[in-house]
Amino acid sequence: MVKGRMLQGARAMAEMVALCRPKVISAYPITPQTLIVEELSQIVADGDLEAEFINVEGEHSAASVCLGACAAGARVFTCSSSQGILLMSEVIFNISGMRLPVVMICVNRSVSAPLNIWNDQQDSMILRDSGWIQLYAENNQETCDLLLQAYRIAEDHRVMLPVMVCADGYVLPHAYEIVDLPDQEKADAFLPFYEPIYKLDVENPSTMGAYADPEKYMETRYMIQETLKKSIPIVEEVARDFSNTFARPSYGLFENYHVDDSSTVVVALGSMAGTIKDAIDELRTEGEKVGLLRMICYRPFPKEALYEALRNAVNIVVIEKDISLGASGAVATDMRAIFQGRDASPRISGFVIGLGGRDVTIDDIKLAIKKAQQQFEDADFIGLKEELELEGIDA
Amino acid sequence: MMKEIRIHARAGQGAITTATILANAAFEDGKYALSFPTFGAARMGAPMNAFVRIGDNPIRVRSQIYKPDYVLVQDPTLLRGFDVVAGLKPGGLAVINHSKPASELGLVTGGWVLTVPASRIAREIMGRADRVNTALIGAFIAATGELSLEALEKAIYTRFSGKAAEDNWKALVEAYNEVKNRGN
Repeated sequence: MVKGRMLQGARAMAEMVALCRPKVISAYPITPQTLIVEELSQIVADGDLEAEFINVEGEHSAASVCLGACAAGARVFTCSSSQGILLMSEVIFNISGMRLPVVMICVNRSVSAPLNIWNDQQDSMILRDSGWIQLYAENNQETCDLLLQAYRIAEDHRVMLPVMVCADGYVLPHAYEIVDLPDQEKADAFLPFYEPIYKLDVENPSTMGAYADPEKYMETRYMIQETLKKSIPIVEEVARDFSNTFARPSYGLFENYHVDDSSTVVVALGSMAGTIKDAIDELRTEGEKVGLLRMICYRPFPKEALYEALRNAVNIVVIEKDISLGASGAVATDMRAIFQGRDASPRISGFVIGLGGRDVTIDDIKLAIKKAQQQFEDADFIGLKEELELEGIDA
Repeated sequence: MMKEIRIHARAGQGAITTATILANAAFEDGKYALSFPTFGAARMGAPMNAFVRIGDNPIRVRSQIYKPDYVLVQDPTLLRGFDVVAGLKPGGLAVINHSKPASELGLVTGGWVLTVPASRIAREIMGRADRVNTALIGAFIAATGELSLEALEKAIYTRFSGKAAEDNWKALVEAYNEVKNRGN
């Protein structure tokens, strides 16, 4: 018998959030996040989780409620997608600036206009500069595993920064697959109660995030930057502890799938990694030396570890579901920067794929790999409609 | 070994339930499974697909299914305007809710086509001609043996309760027997 239960992803995520025992949950429904917060709202209403579920009129308020509750010393949870993430973005920066260990799931969805409710990763990519730790999940099991780890990382007194667990919309929350969740006792042992270093307290009044003139502001940014760099080994440490506790691999910064003996290495994030692995298995059967480095921790960006893992690669093929319009894919740009001024200088091609829910197939992945092996590509769109290419619109 | 199933239906006809029951039954049979829908326009009656992959190893690929081993068609009106058997593997099977024999449908495929009057079975047992998913599953299992009846019974009683569970199980068994008794 396969271990676990057959669960809809959204249900699994909601149950995992409940196992993390947040005291305050606030969210505003948006497709495809809605299922998760509906389930959570039910869990709270049924009395199965002792938490306050605060209904609000929009995402800006949902994030603000979480900011306030976290500032008062509570463990909190929120969740959103797309336009909701954008509406939250002002508060998202406040949360990290105030060094509050908020945890949220970004259920990845494209950004309007045109209106599109389907998956890509543009929404969380926009917030890569916000000072949040970002962890990208491949499947529902990993989304749940990362949630438990997210609170441990965020609330670690050496970190005290928020964590965003990113899960591809529809692809994960709407899929049914086998997920193995821990019991409450084991979850509690891994994730003890939150003990804030600082909190709003009427007995001991303080002000948070109020005002920093040019004499002060720059140091706040420097300190977040330094803390994020120092968080890299902590992300690894928590993943190691998770693997030991739950006897299931958790990869920490990234998963190494046949990277070491491969001259061509694909770099990707999120749920399309499964499809990429199947493509790689097919290519390896044909004798091709191809591997996948599946990035989990995108912020902080683990430059040294990535350089060491990829220094022997000849071709790096970044495949991503976002585009910094007018420049290149965000991940491709970051990957290229790692190799500046270093000995190794692989060719780093970038491919944009699956925007707005366009299907990502094994053939698409093979095409990107083949193109990258032939010549450098900056930000090549894979899977465009043929008629556009015929009219020369993509040229 | 992985088997891929593509379900054609209209939104609201329970294709996600069909997919979930199949995935749950596979899990009960000790296999790995992944099921997921795709939505077009989010409105009732719009054509949509649901997909199921069943295998002995964890399922990793998450693309839609273009070369299915099996196709299930819940609504016969989808035969107009949609090539429901597109990409069906040679030797694969399409199970279609239809009152006519497969030979009269004019489908061009390298696979097999089986029809079952799922709407009639659903109407007779549940009083609703659109509750076709369990009858369709019954015909599919009778023809392929991909999942055990015990696992399907468990999956149906997990998904439904009370009379709904009994009726859906009855519909599945009736379609199963109907196909088995054809003897071909």
